[in-house]
Amino acid sequence: MSLPENYLDYPARRYGMDHDRYDWSDMFARKPIAWPNGARIALSIVTHVQHFPLDMPAKPFKAPGALSMPYPDFRYFTNRDYGNRIGVFRILRLLTEKGLRTSFAVNGCIATRYPALLDAVVAEGHEVVAHSLDMGKVHHSGLSADDENGIIAETLRLLRGATGQPVEGWLSPGRAQGFNTPDLLARNGIRWNLDWANDDLPYRMQTAEGTLLAMPLAYETDDRVVANEYFQSEPEWVQQVKDRFDVLYRESAEYGGRVMSLPLHSWVSGMPYRVEYLREVLGYILDHDGVWTASVGQIAAAADSQV
Amino acid sequence: MGAEPMQSDLGLYDYLPWPGRPRITWPGGKKLAVWIAPNIEFYEYDPPNNPTRTPWGRPNPDVLQYSHRDYGNRAGWQRMMAAMDRAGFRGSVSLNVALCDHHPEIIRACADRGWEFFSHGIYNTRYVYNMTVDQEREIIRDAFDTVRKHTGQELAGWLSPALSNNLWTMDILAEAGIQYTCDMFHDDQPMPVKVKSGKLISMPYSLEMNDVIVYNSQKVTPRHYGEIIRRQFDQLYKESDESGMVMCIPLHPYLVGQPHRIDAFAEAIDYIAGHDGVWQATGREIAEAYHASGAYDAMTAAAARHAQGDR
Repeated sequence: MSLPENYLDYPARRYGMDHDRYDWSDMFARKPIAWPNGARIALSIVTHVQHFPLDMPAKPFKAPGALSMPYPDFRYFTNRDYGNRIGVFRILRLLTEKGLRTSFAVNGCIATRYPALLDAVVAEGHEVVAHSLDMGKVHHSGLSADDENGIIAETLRLLRGATGQPVEGWLSPGRAQGFNTPDLLARNGIRWNLDWANDDLPYRMQTAEGTLLAMPLAYETDDRVVANEYFQSEPEWVQQVKDRFDVLYRESAEYGGRVMSLPLHSWVSGMPYRVEYLREVLGYILDHDGVWTASVGQIAAAADSQV
Repeated sequence: MGAEPMQSDLGLYDYLPWPGRPRITWPGGKKLAVWIAPNIEFYEYDPPNNPTRTPWGRPNPDVLQYSHRDYGNRAGWQRMMAAMDRAGFRGSVSLNVALCDHHPEIIRACADRGWEFFSHGIYNTRYVYNMTVDQEREIIRDAFDTVRKHTGQELAGWLSPALSNNLWTMDILAEAGIQYTCDMFHDDQPMPVKVKSGKLISMPYSLEMNDVIVYNSQKVTPRHYGEIIRRQFDQLYKESDESGMVMCIPLHPYLVGQPHRIDAFAEAIDYIAGHDGVWQATGREIAEAYHASGAYDAMTAAAARHAQGDR
């Protein structure tokens, strides 16, 4: 095997990023962000509500959490579905107890499969974020723009119709995007997305159809990542989330508002033995002054004129 | 290129057991040289494929992994640098040299602190696998030129991009004037590397102190990483009463610079800096001291004696 001569060509070696989606910026040198009422931290809780089809394709890759046993995978199909029958309601109950109105990233197919679930999320005052159609629909550059646009449009039709909410936020399964995804999201009225893991603050992205905000979503303190990829214990998850909060809270005194994001999965944190750890995390964070718990959409709206 | 038969041994160093080696002394009578090597990297959004290794797990663009690494250059580097400033450590930057073009602001902040830059290739998504010798010489030349142009520094060290290597890599690094390589993990002391020309040192770097191994492979918690660093330090510090050793902490700002990880690391290096016998050095300084103290020649001679059966 040998490499072509142009393996040593670097067409995007230039100042800033090697693409045109956003500009580089130093998070510690930006104009401080001000949250409503002088809050130091915007607490952004995003609970994933997901459907993993029994026949989900393996190519070009599977979204994390995908079924992994030989077909028909009774084990993980039903384990993930546990989140939709029990787990999500356990989390909802805790959020209601704490008086929190948050965000739920919901696969579009939930609107037709489990309308009662979506109704409960909406009735408790939570925001619905589009999470594509189902966990078998990963976004990637092998999809034609028409096919990908079709998935996005159908997801939004279902969720907007079922919730009466504008549904302007997006989270891709596995946070995967193709080259076209931001353009297609903007074309369909999406104003912010949660896929990019490169910042603790909102920032502006460019698309062919206007701008889009990138909203922070913690990657490595996500409950599923900690439990199912790192195989770390619940107390270890709690410690890392607290440590994350402490640093962001400390920085907010000097650098302005920060976003503390807390990604949850109904089939992970909604388990009976885990939910009390979630209670501990919420209690710890909410014990601090200057924590504003809001939907991602509210945080995006507050940031929009500042970034 | 025809398929070369595989070798059973790297053939780059002679066996030299720990007991009975010539004693290493560090400047100022310090016991243990501790150096921190932040990998300041740029991973490409749409890199070309290399038949031996595909850069991303998902088809380009792998937005999640790309953006995770980009976190280091937007946010993580500042937290890492603040922790090192506080503990009085200068960095020896393992640099994807294209970062000089992309983010000169980061380069300037490192240079202003007197940090050393060594080469970690052009991009971390370009591997030397399947390169011809001339292609690999070209990236070495590019690295020397780019670092000189942006920082005025003459490269002394090398860590191959993503630790990809060819069997001839060490020879052409030494031929180009590189003084130390970080690609081998066989020792806690600097050791001579057998190259065709020049003098090359294998500088103790580390897999197991390296946050990318700790976090991405071993899935260790941040506080346990802090514990690992202290235990490694305590043991090497004790053993360095007999002869100077080297401890390296390789970092990646996209990992150690995360808010849930930075404090555990900062506390660990504060602990190290609190010991009088620690020499807070750079890779270049350790290589220079190794030559100046006669250790390079003494180790070379000891290894030759050992190979001849004088044990």
